[in-house]
Amino acid sequence: MEILLPSIVRGLGIGSTYALLAVGFVVIYRATEVVNFAQPALMILGAYFTSWFVIGIGLPFPVGVIAAMIVMAGIGALTERVAMRPLVGQPVFSAAMVTVGVFIVLTMVANRLIGPDILTVGDPWGLERVDVGGFRFFRIDLAKIVISLGAISIVGIVLKRSRIGLAMRATSLDQETALAQGVDVGRMFSLAWAISAALAALAGMLIGTGAGGIEATTALVALKALPVIILGGIDSIQGAVIAGLFIGIAESLTRSYQPEYAPWLGANFDVVVPYLILIVSLMVRPYGLYGTPEVQRV
Amino acid sequence: MSSIPRALRRGRPELYSDYASDQAIWNTPAKRWSTLAVLLFALYLPFTLNRDLMGLATLVVVYAISGIGLNLVSGYAGQISLGHAVFMGLGAYTAALLGGSPTNLVRGFELDMSIWLPMAGIVPAVVGWLFAPIAARVRGLYLAILTLGLLFVGEHIFKEARWLTGGSGLGRKPADPVLFGFDLYTRRTVFGTDLSREGVFYLFALLVLIVLAILARNVARTRQGRAFSAVRDRDIAAEVMGVPLLRTKRLAFTLSSFYAGIGGALLTIVLGFTTPERWNLLLSIDFLAVVLIGGAATITGPIIGAAFVVLMPRLIETFAGSLPFVSTSIGGSCLGGLCLLNVFQLQRLLFGAMIIVFLVAEPRGLFGVWIRIRNYFKAWPFSY
Repeated sequence: MEILLPSIVRGLGIGSTYALLAVGFVVIYRATEVVNFAQPALMILGAYFTSWFVIGIGLPFPVGVIAAMIVMAGIGALTERVAMRPLVGQPVFSAAMVTVGVFIVLTMVANRLIGPDILTVGDPWGLERVDVGGFRFFRIDLAKIVISLGAISIVGIVLKRSRIGLAMRATSLDQETALAQGVDVGRMFSLAWAISAALAALAGMLIGTGAGGIEATTALVALKALPVIILGGIDSIQGAVIAGLFIGIAESLTRSYQPEYAPWLGANFDVVVPYLILIVSLMVRPYGLYGTPEVQRV
Repeated sequence: MSSIPRALRRGRPELYSDYASDQAIWNTPAKRWSTLAVLLFALYLPFTLNRDLMGLATLVVVYAISGIGLNLVSGYAGQISLGHAVFMGLGAYTAALLGGSPTNLVRGFELDMSIWLPMAGIVPAVVGWLFAPIAARVRGLYLAILTLGLLFVGEHIFKEARWLTGGSGLGRKPADPVLFGFDLYTRRTVFGTDLSREGVFYLFALLVLIVLAILARNVARTRQGRAFSAVRDRDIAAEVMGVPLLRTKRLAFTLSSFYAGIGGALLTIVLGFTTPERWNLLLSIDFLAVVLIGGAATITGPIIGAAFVVLMPRLIETFAGSLPFVSTSIGGSCLGGLCLLNVFQLQRLLFGAMIIVFLVAEPRGLFGVWIRIRNYFKAWPFSY
């Protein structure tokens, strides 16, 4: 129990950041049917701007985070306008490959900005622990869970209740019909990218506040959101949350127990666990737990 | 072809009277002559270029081999694979295990190249054959994500199998390129000219490329090749017409992995020491770029694409000194006084930008650019 409960909480902490990144994928997928491989780069840029606002300029931490999210939302919308908009109506694969190109370009920009250093984002939580019912948890894990799930619920509520959310859902249902009803489809695409980039910035901040800080190579962590969207269903926010937490716990438990019980699987096996879950879930349930099965026409 | 008198065919290169000549590999005289010219140029290169440039030319050839492999599965059969690097790594390590020399860290059997080179293709092909039923269950972007999963699992296995790969960050030496006792990586005298070891190995790699390129072109012309295109264009429609989906995808994956393995094995020899980290996502993206920039579903395309992807960084490096705001080394000084980027960053930046530009402006890649130019002159002086 002494190992089990803290590792579950740590898993929920990591898992909620995965969920946050996954919701970014889901929002873009629902609007444009494109899997956005540039998400890792957006995350790392977001972490950079958070660090710049908080450490570089000296803004208070919450203000700096929100400022970084706004800047990233702008960059996301700009990327959509410049790189993605010309591909509307083209095969989905082309658009996805363009996001790979965007990934390379933005990662290089982040690399240029960060350089060889390790970036610190500010440390509002520290290594302090809190007592809950006799067990001690890191505050940072609790902060990750609360902030991620809070941000996801806000996005979920906006998509479900507001007028803009309705327009976005109409766009994802049928772009041409939405256009005919007076929805500015292009603006919805930009908005989806803006929301996604802002969430990525938030996730970057949460990963950066950990002990390690952020390097240019931390970007690959964000790819773990791909197993999450596959397990949860590529177009489901609810699925992203549940799958994110599940994969986070699975990874954390592997990290705690695998070196002891299955050392033959090798060092750092926990890094591969999400991808094994990805392969299995594609085999067993290709559309995930909550995804909509694709209807195909000949 | 024989049924039309020669006098009638003159000046009408596209006049065919039977399918065989229409479907021939070199179906016009222009194609025959240009292929011959390119081939002679490629054969002439090792006699003029220095060792450094020969290494680069060999890299182009090796990239072209693997690129053609990826094009078979992704370009012709439409199955997007991000796992190409894993199959390349598998080929490289099969070769290194069979043909390399053992150390206290890694195993090696020091076999001849006539054994390890085919095996470097066959082992990945078998793995591809086994992986295909899994891959055939999903389509489109789901397949891209699945192969991404395969990539990370493969990288983990490579890092852990220390007896095979030397382990993370350490790596191992490649196989020895000795074919029937003839070392392909030493200086030789050919036609009275001294060839560097890079030149000798280049000629061998070129031979492999020619054989594999013609093989791929022939596969694309057969019933199987047409099945590939049918699956790519609409898999359900293909299935309705009686194309067996699993068998077609399986063949595509097997062939593609074979090419990847051969390319990977040759790549390690060009590069020398290789660590397990080399076979990562960025290498897979490199090869997607080879296919996309060169031209999907062509054989010439990946060869042009390979030349582009390999040579562009070198060109940038050469001209970086005269570009403003770019430093030639990390921490170096720049023209214009202000350093915005170093050479490496500029290379990656342009690489990413090129993928975007080609997909947006010319999805058929450089091969499509050539078709545009050709059609312009064919129709000249008319614009259509």
